[in-house]
Amino acid sequence: MDVPVEYYLIVSAFMFFAGMYGFITRRNMLTILISLELMLNAVDINFVVINRFLYPDQLEGFFFTLFGLGVTAAETAVAIAIIINIYRNLKSIEVKNLRGMRY
Amino acid sequence: MRHELLLIAVAIVLLLFDLIASARVKKYHHLIACTLTAGFTVTSFLMHEETSSVFGGMYLDTAMHGLVKSLLAFGTLLTFLISNTWLAKPETAIKRGEFYVITLFTLVGMYLMISSGHFLMFYIGLETASIPMATLVAFDKYRRHSAEAGAKYILAAAFASAIMLYGLSMIYAFVGSLYFEDIAPVLSSTSYMCLIGLVFFLAGAFFKLSMVPFHLWTADVYEGAPTPVTAYLSVISKGSMAFAATVILYTVFGNMVDIWQPIFWWIILITITLANLFAVRQQNLKRLLAFSSISQAGYLALGIMSGTAMGMATVVYYTVAYLCSNFAAFGVIQAIEDKTGKVTLADYNGLYGTNPKLAITMMLAMFSLGGIPFFAGFFSKFFVFAAAAEQGQYLLVFLALLNTIISLYYYLLVVKAMFINKTDAPISTLKTDAYGRIALVACVLGMLFIGLISPIFDYIVSISFGM
Repeated sequence: MDVPVEYYLIVSAFMFFAGMYGFITRRNMLTILISLELMLNAVDINFVVINRFLYPDQLEGFFFTLFGLGVTAAETAVAIAIIINIYRNLKSIEVKNLRGMRY
Repeated sequence: MRHELLLIAVAIVLLLFDLIASARVKKYHHLIACTLTAGFTVTSFLMHEETSSVFGGMYLDTAMHGLVKSLLAFGTLLTFLISNTWLAKPETAIKRGEFYVITLFTLVGMYLMISSGHFLMFYIGLETASIPMATLVAFDKYRRHSAEAGAKYILAAAFASAIMLYGLSMIYAFVGSLYFEDIAPVLSSTSYMCLIGLVFFLAGAFFKLSMVPFHLWTADVYEGAPTPVTAYLSVISKGSMAFAATVILYTVFGNMVDIWQPIFWWIILITITLANLFAVRQQNLKRLLAFSSISQAGYLALGIMSGTAMGMATVVYYTVAYLCSNFAAFGVIQAIEDKTGKVTLADYNGLYGTNPKLAITMMLAMFSLGGIPFFAGFFSKFFVFAAAAEQGQYLLVFLALLNTIISLYYYLLVVKAMFINKTDAPISTLKTDAYGRIALVACVLGMLFIGLISPIFDYIVSISFGM
């Protein structure tokens, strides 16, 4: 059975926009971070699928995915470090408490 | 490539120094860091890059790239100079070595981003610049606003780069390659894939430039970050992204100019107007400068929009003038905030009476940012308007001109507070440190003379390139 390329892209597009929705609506910084991971992983799926199905004779998409994963890991590490620091300062990681600076 | 190699060498030397040096030698840590960076800056101004490519076209270099990199190095030197008193505080002194190294590595990232010839290189450069930047923003570990600003910065930056990557995957699907030279001839304005790619790429770029629909992180991050980092973020990060976006829009998306020019038209108009209106009601000076920097990004984008070699020259020239004026303003804010902790507009009442030199520097910076003739800011705005008018964008130039009048209002509010407003308890007379004074003098000289020395602009025009 062959699954056509569109199906993969639909799944990844759904993942991407679900992540975007989560990023905007979630109120806890860790869930925001998870939503962000969802978006970045959707992009990785896109690159792999496009590479494998449309341009099978090259590896550019795979390379991009690998580098993307590495960069994402670094980004998550730094973000979690900052979130831990916020927890130490505020005893909470809810977004509603990040109101020290106002218009 | 020589710029990057030399910069990495400087960063590694500083890293090793931080690890190995004894406490006795570490007293001169700041001196050594500044000297090495100054040496690097001078060397990079003297190096003449020729058009070349490395890694099979993934990395491109022209004389223009070399000039922009030297300017960014100069800005980093100014950041180090104004940060001395902040780094000498007990809670930051223990990690001051990390500050130099992280800052220099963000600069490496910006260099790679500027010179990229492949979207993978661009992405890696962008992230190398923005991930360590978040740690710099959150550098004051025990100050809650700093941590808050760091979280806001890294989440917004990661969100922006995720959107940008989605757009790039669409371009990859359409073209089958991510090399700039392969993409440029294939893109067409009629394909939806290309449209999604362009718009998502622009969304990511506008985030970094803090143009209006994507500007919401700016004010909070600028206010919460330590002041030298704010200066670095507002000038170096923004200037490098402006140049990288210029190069990519000209060389990669040249075919789609009829799509991105109208987008720029509206975004510039909204950015300049909204940022100016918000800036008027700010009381915190760092927040005021944050909104001012958003509106300055709008003027920068006006240079990008014209799409000609003249447009690129004005973008670079604008960055030079903006670098001098903004560093002067932030240098004064830093000097006062460090000693007294005061950053609001009301605190600056009567500053001229007690600190005339700082007040005059601040006044010159405000005049230059507002575009009053014969300071650098006037000439840079003039050239940007000229480049846009050359393309027939008279309406936009007129609206931008009206906006400079609004912006003068809040710039002059600062000047009024310092010179005219009376107060019983002005900021007492401060003694700035030698490093900060060097930086301020360099900025003042830049603001006064860059506009008057025309060979600078002629040289920039001679090495710039258009679509």
